Amino acid sequence: MTQLALVIDLNVCVGCHACVTSCKEWNTSGWAGPMTDQRPYGEDPTGTFFNRVQTYEAGVFPHTETYHFPKSCLHCEDPPCVPVCPTGASYKREDNGVVLVDYDKCIGCKYCSWACPYGAREIDEKLRVMKKCTLCIDRITDMSLPESERKPACVLACPTSARLFGDVHDSDSEVSVAIREEGGYALQPEWGTKPANHYLPRRKTRIQIHEDELVRADNPLKKEQLPTLPEGGETLDDVAW
Amino acid sequence: MHPAFSVIFLTTLIGVGQGLFLALFTGQLYALANLLPAQTDAFYAQGSLIALLLLIAGLVASVFHLGRPERAWRAATQWRTSWLSREVIVLPAAMMFTALYGLFHYLGWTQPLFVISQTLPVDATLIVGALGTVATFLLFLCTAMIYASLRFIKAWHSPLTVANFLFLGIASGFMLAAALSAYLSSSLVVFYGTWAVVATLLGAISRGAALYRNNDFRCKISMQSAIGVHHAKLHQKAQGFMGGAFNTREFFHGKSDALLQMLRYGFLLMVFILPVLLILLAYLLESSRLPIAAFLIQYAGLVIERYYFFTEAKHPQNLYYQSMA
Repeated sequence: MTQLALVIDLNVCVGCHACVTSCKEWNTSGWAGPMTDQRPYGEDPTGTFFNRVQTYEAGVFPHTETYHFPKSCLHCEDPPCVPVCPTGASYKREDNGVVLVDYDKCIGCKYCSWACPYGAREIDEKLRVMKKCTLCIDRITDMSLPESERKPACVLACPTSARLFGDVHDSDSEVSVAIREEGGYALQPEWGTKPANHYLPRRKTRIQIHEDELVRADNPLKKEQLPTLPEGGETLDDVAW
Repeated sequence: MHPAFSVIFLTTLIGVGQGLFLALFTGQLYALANLLPAQTDAFYAQGSLIALLLLIAGLVASVFHLGRPERAWRAATQWRTSWLSREVIVLPAAMMFTALYGLFHYLGWTQPLFVISQTLPVDATLIVGALGTVATFLLFLCTAMIYASLRFIKAWHSPLTVANFLFLGIASGFMLAAALSAYLSSSLVVFYGTWAVVATLLGAISRGAALYRNNDFRCKISMQSAIGVHHAKLHQKAQGFMGGAFNTREFFHGKSDALLQMLRYGFLLMVFILPVLLILLAYLLESSRLPIAAFLIQYAGLVIERYYFFTEAKHPQNLYYQSMA
């Protein structure tokens, strides 16, 4: 069983939104498009996106740390949005585990969005159907593309390589190794939805070092440790000629 | 959650329609057991027509909730997994039985087809009525389970949701039956009024329990778990957009606590206290107007109750939309 997924590295995400714009650019003109906008140049612009980058701050100034948090459909292994769909428009692909919406069957009842605890689904207000991240299904399954390009648009666009893509069921894949060795975690694991997408935490390289380890105790060049002068002052032997 | 008026009217209108049908059939059963004077077929036919119109009105309201109503027929396909799909199947079934029940009474098909144990004459209306009762109860279950089955929304994920839909639907239906009897000068006002009060009181217990349960609501998920950063002081700086999105519109009601408190007291008064007092008063004064007022006030209260039901629900996705810098 293949389960394609993204692994997003919060250690290197700089919050540049390149994944957001490349996602919209690819998908609005692809299989899942168009992704319509309302009032894009007006006072209150809104629209359909599959991917958002949010920003969080941990701590209190001045001891703060900023987290940029890309958020899209997690392609759960047990997706709660699929069984609630009354028409069967929402489905999980058997062959690669991607959760998709059939836009020709969707009636726009929004029930799936109520059933998703992550808020990963957004209604397209113009087309009046539910939309969500497809993992660029039309790219990753397009055999006419070279293998290096058979990846979601967001992954290809990321300038810091914060987004990895692969099969999380293959224990030797890049994503599985990253999850295993870099502390990958799932969002809201309490629900048991088993999200396929994982996140990698902030990682700091620190070594445990004691203060006395910074000072060399037996340093022969230490001035203090030079032999003290004998009582009665210098002798002839002490004079360097 | 953002209250959707299409769904508010759907659930309240079909609740009244289902309750009215149950009231009519209960009346017929009591008459069969000689506990009540038999009513004319016209009474049952008129009552069923009103119940059917209410069910149709609910269905029409629900269409406004859909983005693509022209494809709504597809919604009957996933009955194995989706309570919404089950409702889409059971609602037309309940409508059909209600229509047939009224039609058979209108046509006067009340000659016994066979007699059970030489005491129970079974006619066509009794069979259709029994099937309609099953469909009606199933419809209450399906409608309520649409909400109660969403395990992420703690305020809804409870058997109390099913109890509330059931009792409040039956209460308003019997209240309408009492109002109708009063309007048609039927002798069943006291019978329907009494059962309406009983159902209202049962609804008061279950709704009160649900209010108490949701009072100290705490989401199972924290922001730490939502984004996976385990820091006690964590707050949002940006949502990824500045103009709002589906996520900020669909899952937030945006109403002040003061307004919600007013709505809560309002529906407690209008659904439970006033109708019961009006029915008691109608009984004492033998008034034919007060049951009508009791029904209208209770229905208006139920619309507020269902609105409040939506505002009670706190969706875990809201953790991702807490603040915007």
